[in-house]
Amino acid sequence: MAPPVGTAVRRSHVGKKKKPSARYWQESQEQQPGEKEENKSEKDGEQNKESQQEKRRRPKKRKVEEVETHKKKFVSGKSDPFPGPVIVPEERLKKFRRAEKSKKPPSGQYKLKRLMAHSEVTTEMAEKQAARFDLLLPEEAGFLEADEGEDTCTISQEDIAEAVDITSGAKYFSLKLSQFGPYRLDYGRTGRHLLLGGRRGHVACVDWQTKKLMCEMNVMESVNDVKWLHCEDMYAVAQKKWLYIYDSKGIELHCIRQFNDVLRMQFLPYHFLLATASATGFLQYLDVSVGKEVAAICTKTGRLDVMCQNPRNAIVHLGHPNGTVSLWSPNQKEALVKMLCHQGGVRSVAVDKTGTYMVTSGMDKKLKVYDVRAYKPLQSYFLPAGASCLSLSQRGLLAAATGDVVQVYRDVWTTAVTKPYVAHRLRGTVWGLQFCPFEDVLGVGHGEGFTSMLVPGAGEPNFDGLDANPYGNKKQKQEWEVKALLEKIQPELIGLNPGELGKVDHASFQRRHQDRVEALGYDPLAKEKFVPRYKKKGRSSTGRIEKRKKQVAHEDQREVIKQTVEDRMKVEKERLEKEKKEASLSSNTSALDRFRK
Amino acid sequence: MKVKVLSRNPDDYVRETKLDIQRVPRNYDPTLHPFEMNREYTRALNATKLERVFAKPFVASLDGHRDGVNCMAKHTKSLSTLLSGSCDGEVKMWDLSRRECVRSLQAHEGFVRGIVVRFCGTSFFTAGDDKTIKQWKMEPPGYGEEEEPLNTILGKTVFTGLDHHQKDAVFATCGQQVDIWDEQRSTPIRSFTWGVDSFSAIRFNPVETELLASCASDRSIVLYDMRESAPLKKVIMTMRSNTVCWNPMEAYYFTSSNEDYNLYTYDMRYLERPVTVHMDHVSAVLDVDYSPTGKEFVSASFDKTIRIFPHDGGRSREVYHTKRMQHVICVKWSADSKYILSGSDEMNIRLWKANASEKLGVLTPRERASINYNQKLKEKFQHHPQIRRIAHHRHVPKNIYHQTKELRVMKEARRRKEKNVRKHSKPGAVPVVPEKEKHVVAVVK
Repeated sequence: MAPPVGTAVRRSHVGKKKKPSARYWQESQEQQPGEKEENKSEKDGEQNKESQQEKRRRPKKRKVEEVETHKKKFVSGKSDPFPGPVIVPEERLKKFRRAEKSKKPPSGQYKLKRLMAHSEVTTEMAEKQAARFDLLLPEEAGFLEADEGEDTCTISQEDIAEAVDITSGAKYFSLKLSQFGPYRLDYGRTGRHLLLGGRRGHVACVDWQTKKLMCEMNVMESVNDVKWLHCEDMYAVAQKKWLYIYDSKGIELHCIRQFNDVLRMQFLPYHFLLATASATGFLQYLDVSVGKEVAAICTKTGRLDVMCQNPRNAIVHLGHPNGTVSLWSPNQKEALVKMLCHQGGVRSVAVDKTGTYMVTSGMDKKLKVYDVRAYKPLQSYFLPAGASCLSLSQRGLLAAATGDVVQVYRDVWTTAVTKPYVAHRLRGTVWGLQFCPFEDVLGVGHGEGFTSMLVPGAGEPNFDGLDANPYGNKKQKQEWEVKALLEKIQPELIGLNPGELGKVDHASFQRRHQDRVEALGYDPLAKEKFVPRYKKKGRSSTGRIEKRKKQVAHEDQREVIKQTVEDRMKVEKERLEKEKKEASLSSNTSALDRFRK
Repeated sequence: MKVKVLSRNPDDYVRETKLDIQRVPRNYDPTLHPFEMNREYTRALNATKLERVFAKPFVASLDGHRDGVNCMAKHTKSLSTLLSGSCDGEVKMWDLSRRECVRSLQAHEGFVRGIVVRFCGTSFFTAGDDKTIKQWKMEPPGYGEEEEPLNTILGKTVFTGLDHHQKDAVFATCGQQVDIWDEQRSTPIRSFTWGVDSFSAIRFNPVETELLASCASDRSIVLYDMRESAPLKKVIMTMRSNTVCWNPMEAYYFTSSNEDYNLYTYDMRYLERPVTVHMDHVSAVLDVDYSPTGKEFVSASFDKTIRIFPHDGGRSREVYHTKRMQHVICVKWSADSKYILSGSDEMNIRLWKANASEKLGVLTPRERASINYNQKLKEKFQHHPQIRRIAHHRHVPKNIYHQTKELRVMKEARRRKEKNVRKHSKPGAVPVVPEKEKHVVAVVK
């Protein structure tokens, strides 16, 4: 029997330098009569060689170890030009840093100290690992660079579509729907599905990349807004009177009559809440997982037709005709914050993905950028026609629609921008505007239908497969839905700072005490009123009782005074000691101090 | 003009064939994962709730004894073997994996007071009320052979406890005095007395193998060195200790179960005050045994419950009870640290899971990962009021619930009274005595 070709080749090839470690299946081959001697001699020779080599190496090795202390060297004598693990740039580490390092606990708390030290180490390691992982991200963001002496805003969509590959070029298209316009639109969470709602009742949902129509209908009523719910199987349509929920085949699932005259809607995906703003001034929250109305807030500010959400903390921003923008959570009947942003009414509001910046446009034809964490204005622009619709992309591009022109700006909050990045003129007045997530596409709904524009560098290039996966199959989607429902965040947790839950609750003594009183039904710390005991033999005359009462009162007072005096003494003592210490320290500094008076 | 637009090749994101696993590209950018804390909190809440849902600690009941189970012993070499001795002198050997009795023998007349397996696992010793110590072979006798002890020692007095040395052929008994026996001899090689007439338990130290601890009826815990002729030292407490158990990992700590409803963990070197006082039982604590990890111990009580305490925590993390379980007399933590065995008055031995919600059997790597993740989350959010409420809630029998409340009221009243006394006496005349020092009367060397 001849040995398998692979092993024979390997032996001839590797045998000169190093023998592969023995395998149990090789033993039987070696004992075959023909090869036996050859193998043996080979083996012996190798062993000899190896032993000789080892002898030669040994003294070297020792040297290497000595050298190792100041510079790492290989056996070959070369040194590692990049010793140690790869250094992660600070910038990238910063991106993954969650919180500042906490203060060290007071001395003596050994358990806590150990715990904190351990958690710090693990946190650091996790940060580093995540930062290292950034290298492996497969896609890079898009960009658009003009030639010298040319502006990017002068490049037409046709040129861009021609310059890019076919599949991307096909993403620039227009749907001519002049009959039922103007259109509002909504992209799903994954960016695969598009929902169109015509003012005159036309509702269509499309898998826009494959251009496959999922359903199309006319609800025979005016449509104010359309919104996808958590997955692409359901969407909400705000119709003339009530709010309806349809499935992706166009079957009416619910007609929710508690929600009437809805003008704008926002869906909070992690809370499964549908927030609606109505013409009657009500802001309502519908929990779509259980179908319950969570909160109905009367804003008392009239018609609400400007609305957006802060994706970072799920706060709803409403724009009002008097120029204010108000921030709302379902847990409070009043606005959390009211900001006066414009001289005239607010026409549109948008908040960026990180929840840092808010962009507003108003009737005063201004476009303003605010820092929503500090409530401070950052930039103010004047647009001659005023922006009617605003939208922010995942990578921070701002799309503003003025009449029938859509302009896209870059870096609006950091620098004062003068020229748009991309501009495009449409055939009808713009009614709805949204960037498609994870794509370099801007969807524009207007009077003559819908246009999908190419805006290079708009979308996040790398999606997270467990959060929003455009390429997920049915099973993955089902799994995601179950997981998402399990970790649905309760509406009570919506607040201005979403990280509040991870912080230590320094509840004031007063508040804790108040809670305790509420729980017990009485105040445990309340002082009992002193009731003098009745004594016989005329010792309980009014005067005497009064005297005894006074005695007790004095006793109590004395204790308080004693305590305060003690405290004061303590503070004084500490101060003196500190001064003494400082004096002794400062006296050491100069030899000439002895001449000082 | 230079332009690049995002255009993904679906082949990079979709698996090639059905036999592949799904491709899930990840991006850990925090801005893509908003509400991190809130979502983690929700997960932690769910994990805590599920833990309580799956908390089914009771595994099996081993019945067969015809009287209360008085003592138990773990096999030193085999995980699934348990020996138990009952109040009618019968010793039973159990196979825990099959949950059945594999051998039973009438070892003594009257109670079996102590039972211990030799370190090699080939034989075991029993001590009984009939003043005898017997050594038995671990294997059952062959067909036709009679059940006979290898060796019988007739003592002068009743033995109440028994323990074997970790490595040598030496064992110790207690009764009227503490005796150290050589296996080959019929008289003790050493006897210790210290002015008391009765000892209730004796334990060899698992690490410093020559050291012993015993509980005496004069409310003291006495430490001995086998090599010396006199006891080392003793601590006298306000009430009597029933048993002691050494921490197997940090063997300078031992825990004693006391008649005053508490357990006390002492550092052998500093007996002046216990390291920790473990409170929660509402009746005398009868037995205690450490987990092999040394992180936790289990205690059995007259109040018909067993409780699991962390070795450094003052309150129990778990309480086990059933309707039918009566006063629990002895308890053991299995050597694989996964199970707890309790023997009680009503003739049954019960097998419990040490971790109530643990899933038994082989775990897939994904299951293991998710369990670990949930465990970490629970740890992270353990102080949040809602999570703490769910995690700490235990249903206990009505009488225990009320008794706990009553004890709390009594304690509070005592504290209040002391406070008042202190308030109305000369400053410094009534010092504040911490709970740890309240129960130690004296240390004698």
